[in-house]
Amino acid sequence: MEERPFNDISWEKFLSEDKLMGSRCRKCSVLSVPPRPICTKCYGSDMEWVEMKGKGKLAAFTCIAIGPPFMVKEGYDRKHPYIAGVVELDEGARVVARIEGLDGSKPETVQIGTPLQVEFLHRGEAGDAVTFLAFRPS
Amino acid sequence: MRRPRKLGREVAVVGAGMSEFGMFSDKDSKHLFAEAFNEMLSTVDKGIDPQAIDALYLGNFTSDFFIRQGHWGPIIADLIGLTPKPATRTEGACASSALALREGVLAIASGFYDVVLVGGVEEMSKRNTEEVTQGLAMAAIPYEVKAGFTFPGVFGATATAYFARYGATREHLMNVTIKSHNNARLNPRAQFNVSIRDIMDQKAERARKKGEPPPQWKDEKAFLNDPKANPAVAWPMHLYDCCPISDGASCVLLVAGEMAREFSDAPLYVVGIGQGSGKGLHAKEDLTYFEATRYAAQEAYELSGLTPEDVQIAEVHDCFSIAEILHLEDLGFFKPGQGYKAVEEGLTRLDGSKPINTSGGLKCKGHPVGATGTGQLVEIWKQLRGEAGARQVPIKNLRVGAAHNLGGTGGTCTFTILERR
Repeated sequence: MEERPFNDISWEKFLSEDKLMGSRCRKCSVLSVPPRPICTKCYGSDMEWVEMKGKGKLAAFTCIAIGPPFMVKEGYDRKHPYIAGVVELDEGARVVARIEGLDGSKPETVQIGTPLQVEFLHRGEAGDAVTFLAFRPS
Repeated sequence: MRRPRKLGREVAVVGAGMSEFGMFSDKDSKHLFAEAFNEMLSTVDKGIDPQAIDALYLGNFTSDFFIRQGHWGPIIADLIGLTPKPATRTEGACASSALALREGVLAIASGFYDVVLVGGVEEMSKRNTEEVTQGLAMAAIPYEVKAGFTFPGVFGATATAYFARYGATREHLMNVTIKSHNNARLNPRAQFNVSIRDIMDQKAERARKKGEPPPQWKDEKAFLNDPKANPAVAWPMHLYDCCPISDGASCVLLVAGEMAREFSDAPLYVVGIGQGSGKGLHAKEDLTYFEATRYAAQEAYELSGLTPEDVQIAEVHDCFSIAEILHLEDLGFFKPGQGYKAVEEGLTRLDGSKPINTSGGLKCKGHPVGATGTGQLVEIWKQLRGEAGARQVPIKNLRVGAAHNLGGTGGTCTFTILERR
């Protein structure tokens, strides 16, 4: 794999390539997703990239009725809330992501522990292109 | 192991004041701080010549973004005739003025200064809700912003994790809201100086006047369960789980402990003070507590030699209803998973064994973010001196009170313990 710095720019670039990547400390094996340039356990900086399988389960969620402008632009509002969640990956790390495929207007039907599969949402064109990390029930 | 914390010398609060909190089109930051300063001066029992103030520490968070002013320190110093003495702005998001307090305490404890003014100011209501939301998001974790999380959203997710772990429900959050409003009803300075019952009656009265059938809610929880009256913001956070947008200022006057009686008949000593930092949702060890609060509390308890049982009343950072429940646990008042039960049993009410947010809290007193930390101390000042009027807690030998302030989504947390001797 090409050398990329362990920063958020690389994290975003990998997302745009449909890859969910973390960093692993070569010395003490601690995994960080998103990546970290410094291991917060041993303070080493010798990292390697590891790709996540993209499977996990829902650890926490919220159904947002009043969202920021970029979510409103996607058509979400009080009548159509979207779900944002914390996902615990099979590898043990947690990530925050959009949750697709569940009904944000029926929060009582959304269950903590629901098995999820990663999805990459590509939005915008050329210079404005952005990839959102998302998960949906597997 | 680090060595135990200690202050180089004692520090006392000898005055405390706040402006009106609310949404004002005719009051700016300078006006608000002047109100707070004047009230503070009036609370110094034996008076103080403002010339005696050595320095100002001022908390402020959103002014860079909202009113294009990033340098309030010297402007406020000039406002109150303090120049050329030093003024330092502190930034800790919604805990900005608690950081000002801490800097002031450390500056006096070090022996550098004897008399320090600490406070905060925030002017938020002249922007629309969308702009305010964007401004507050400056204190959010970038990964969360991108995933669509808002501030209520982060606390909403925290609530779902807490519910799943401990079996609490939305009904339990409502107990916090109802309690806060009942306290605020007795606080003439609260932005929402009404109980939930009052709000229900007002709405019914309005409907009657319009000739419409008045709404029928059997109790406060029925009202809070009505999506028309209490719409969802970020499940399970609804409108009445969230603090308002506010303008306001507050300040307290700190002096070296040995000088306290020169100024005050009933000074309050800063016996415990602590501050911690926390991580984003993805990196937290556990979603059901704030590690920064636990760290700040441990530091403050250690310094004071006091335990959570010794703290008789507290103001805690209830930016959202779920947050109050977590703080009750993180500060050691109740065991993890027991906070919501304590609220349900009424233990945190004004007449309970551990009154919490007697002012009405951020939810009802208002939350001008940079002014909240020292604003909480104004309530503790009033309570410990027996000056809280209708909401004075009925505790005999009231001596120890505390304030917990939180910035961002838990990134900065502080805990301060005051003692009357």
